[in-house]
Amino acid sequence: MDQNKTFDAIVIGASAGGLYAMINIFKQLPANYPIPIIVVQHRSKDERSLLEEVLQQKCSVCIKQADEKEVIAGGCVYFAPPDYHLLVENDGTFSLSFDPPVNYSRPSIDVLFETAADVFKERLLAIILTGANADGARGMKKIRKLGGTTIAQQPDTADYPEMPKAAINTGAIQHILTPDAIGSFLRECMKNNTVW
Amino acid sequence: MIDNEEYRQFLESVRFVYGYDFTDYAEASVIRRIRAFMESKRVGSLKDLGRMVLKDEAAFEHFIQDITVNVTEMFRDPFFYKSLRKNVINRLATYPFIKVWIAGCSTGEEVYSMAILFREEGLLERTVIYATDINQDALQKAREGISSINNMKSYTENYLKAGGQHSFSDYYKAKYNSVLWDKSLRQNIVFSVHNLAMDKSFNEFQLILCRNVLIYFNQALQSKVIGLFYESLCSFGFLCLGNKESLLFADKRTCFEEIDKKEKIFMKTK
Ligand SMILES: C[S@@+](CC[C@H](N)C(=O)[O-])C[C@H]1O[C@@H](n2cnc3c(N)ncnc32)[C@H](O)[C@@H]1O
Repeated sequence: MDQNKTFDAIVIGASAGGLYAMINIFKQLPANYPIPIIVVQHRSKDERSLLEEVLQQKCSVCIKQADEKEVIAGGCVYFAPPDYHLLVENDGTFSLSFDPPVNYSRPSIDVLFETAADVFKERLLAIILTGANADGARGMKKIRKLGGTTIAQQPDTADYPEMPKAAINTGAIQHILTPDAIGSFLRECMKNNTVW
Repeated sequence: MIDNEEYRQFLESVRFVYGYDFTDYAEASVIRRIRAFMESKRVGSLKDLGRMVLKDEAAFEHFIQDITVNVTEMFRDPFFYKSLRKNVINRLATYPFIKVWIAGCSTGEEVYSMAILFREEGLLERTVIYATDINQDALQKAREGISSINNMKSYTENYLKAGGQHSFSDYYKAKYNSVLWDKSLRQNIVFSVHNLAMDKSFNEFQLILCRNVLIYFNQALQSKVIGLFYESLCSFGFLCLGNKESLLFADKRTCFEEIDKKEKIFMKTK
């Protein structure tokens, strides 16, 4: 399976119910997990950093909010800050933007997925989790088109199945997995990406 | 697909023909917006887009309006304004005459927010606010001082969180689906075109606001623009950036002191 591919980055999109699914996934990862993980979780603009704090308590991998122009590196899970889109630049850094909401969302999953696809192409792994809208579907299509690997959370394990379903309906999803299985998948991927 | 080489060439020719320099903008965002523009105009390739905008100035104006991001709000990040009241206003009050530059003012909501704050702090009468942007269309909207009535609920909330002392509705008149900002706020505001990537300093200021503009620039351009602000500030003048922006990439970073770390307020100390 695709666990044998090497990935330069993993992108994750999550909306309503995402916290619980992410805890299940990230708690399986060691502190030095080598592949950078970049997440858009839909969140209120008034919430400054609660999400990161809650997750950090449950996981050993480092959880942080992405900074403007920060260099993307392994050993970290980066979150899009509230009220900004998160984009990946060609030189492997982040940029933020205050463009209008996409799919009523800022940050938007599509914005992250589409820019990450441009940069990482077939060396990108994308995961779409629970949510009550269709953000991320368009991005998944593009990722698959550029040769990336795609996973959706199994809808009947999602608090809100619409978002994984919308992605699956595009025909771009290769693997449909439970959060636990996604966690194991990520651990398998690690074997090809060990940093010494 | 947008090929990197083609993209560079396109920006070079835009610079050559119109003198607008986007080469040092953060790429991912510009490319996204170029793609959206191409989709909406049904243009198939960057070459075709080049043909379209390089020959036709009206089409180019349209293009510029689309690729600059003009999203803004009244009292956006209310705690920033609160911090201004607390940490900056009393020091500004010691000047007989105050000059403020708001760079990248978009459609003006930030400018009217500042005018309201200065009025409430009793400083507006002796202040001139220079409000500039690269986007002519946005500036025109700013001059007209009109906003959609749908935003008033969230603007009122922001105003109160920002430490507003009156009733927010004192500052506008509703008309159909729009509101018009109180004309007296505008007396001391000068709106004009200024391109941060190319134009020079034009005055000396006690306070400069440039919020949510630098995120669109690469590190080199960020540093250059901070240099421009440095030149344009008096000693102990204040510089305010957007919530997610920093002086990290600026050569002049050591010449500033942090006044409020979270709200990104700095003072020129050297
Ligand atoms: C997201 S808006 C920020 C508006 C406002 N300052 C705020 O924080 O709400 C960014 C603004 O920067 C302007 N801008 C972009 N490039 C510029 C340049 N080179 N010189 C001046 N303004 C520029 C855009 O036209 C746009 O109005």
